[in-house]
Amino acid sequence: MVLMKKVINDPEHTVTEMLQGFEAAHPDYVKSLDGTTVLLRKEAPVDGKVSLVSGGGSGHEPAHAGYVGEGMLDAAVAGEMFTSPTPDQVFEAIKAVDGGAGVFLVIKNYTGDVMNFEMARELAEAEGISVEQVVVNDDVAVEDSSFTNGRRGIAGTVFVHKIAGAKASEGASLREVKRVAEKVVAHTRSMGVALTPCVVPGSGKPSFTLEEDEMEVGIGIHGEPGIERKKITSADEIAEELLQKVLQDSVDYKGAEVAVMINGLGATPASELYIVNRYIQQRLHDYDVTVTHTYVGEYMTSLEMAGFSVTLMKMDGELKQLLDAKVETPAFRD
Amino acid sequence: MEMKAEQAVAWVEKANALMQSHKEYLTELDQAIGDGDHGLNMSRGFQEAELKVSATDYDTAADVFKDVATVLMSKIGGASGPLYGTAFLKMSMTLKGKDPVTEANLAEAVEAALNGMKQRGKAEQGEKTMIDVWHPVADFLRNGQNVQPGKLEETAEEAMNQTKDIMATKGRAAYLQERSKGHIDPGSTSSFYLFQALADVWKKGE
Repeated sequence: MVLMKKVINDPEHTVTEMLQGFEAAHPDYVKSLDGTTVLLRKEAPVDGKVSLVSGGGSGHEPAHAGYVGEGMLDAAVAGEMFTSPTPDQVFEAIKAVDGGAGVFLVIKNYTGDVMNFEMARELAEAEGISVEQVVVNDDVAVEDSSFTNGRRGIAGTVFVHKIAGAKASEGASLREVKRVAEKVVAHTRSMGVALTPCVVPGSGKPSFTLEEDEMEVGIGIHGEPGIERKKITSADEIAEELLQKVLQDSVDYKGAEVAVMINGLGATPASELYIVNRYIQQRLHDYDVTVTHTYVGEYMTSLEMAGFSVTLMKMDGELKQLLDAKVETPAFRD
Repeated sequence: MEMKAEQAVAWVEKANALMQSHKEYLTELDQAIGDGDHGLNMSRGFQEAELKVSATDYDTAADVFKDVATVLMSKIGGASGPLYGTAFLKMSMTLKGKDPVTEANLAEAVEAALNGMKQRGKAEQGEKTMIDVWHPVADFLRNGQNVQPGKLEETAEEAMNQTKDIMATKGRAAYLQERSKGHIDPGSTSSFYLFQALADVWKKGE
């Protein structure tokens, strides 16, 4: 059942070869930073603008390089597959994009990502660059407590890129960009499900195993375990379960305006994502929730994992205006 | 034991040999409770560290560790990169100007490494991380009467095995909660190999 066949060459070169191909596909948006795994916005550094740097392990394409461009990220740092990029790489990205107004880091809440980005931040601050950060933790599947790593960052990260990027494009200060990014984090919740695992190139083994008729509810984007492993049910029943978890969490979505993202994890066809979206929209209507924006597609994947996640972001006037602001990137456009 | 640059390089070489020969095993351990990249990452990091230190002339162990820190930080990746990078950086800083390094110096250096890792990883002993090996080893080097390499290896090995019964509260295994029990921690295992390599170099120097 698990697909071990891969279109790769030497597994050690997977990330660099992917980045080369990405740059060749999107020369109007990105340029590479020599000797690194960083892709920069073509215009970088943009003078006087707060610059956004994000990144993480590879295997989540189009994240993160797909969000480099006008109105979103100034640089994406690619780590090895499912492995955080290293401090030196993030540091190079920070130096390359700094236009004098400071650099804002968007970090997904994983132990490695937080440590590597924070080390890079310390290196940059030692060189006199102002750096701020936000740690995204939208995945409601994981318990949040001071005794754990806290919640994981998953597809909701894309909303942080979009909103914080739009704020920076307006000429906002580092502090303002941080404020609005924290607001997105506070307003955004997600949860995912996996039907099949994925295989990291080079490891040759699936990241976990599921029986033919099983699914894992609450899966992380690296195949981290979720809440429950159970028999697969219908699209509507799965969507209902994810939606309930999101709605019952700490953000009160009832009666509010929201943006919805139905995100494919890599091997679930668009047709199935639309089936899920149809159901989610109906149910949100039942809860008196007004959907202002809908995104259906692959935004934050997990290699060839089958499954999807549901993300809701509660809107307000500012977030709406920033979500609608001009954006021009390979994977997110007006 | 006295450690000069030569022994420090030998430590890195031996550590690399152990990481290479246990690459698959580290991956298996990490697939059970993590994301399955620890073997690949450690073998890549120490391979590069050995390449660097075996091709460079050094005056002191502190100089060797400084380069090791930089290489590990940039080549391991994940959470282990900053942690091992921090460990060697702290050892290098502590051992600056100390040549040859004595057992007492080494005890101080390992203690400093441990504290650096705790700070970087926001972790304490008993959370099923590499700290669970570094902590007892640091205690052993500091308090141990008649410190011997065989005892060092034993202390590290025992500490590694004890991580099996701990429930993870830091690192990726923490997502498993109760299910993380019954598995040895991969980071503790690579830390054991590091101290096994140190014990080996120490034995040869005696």
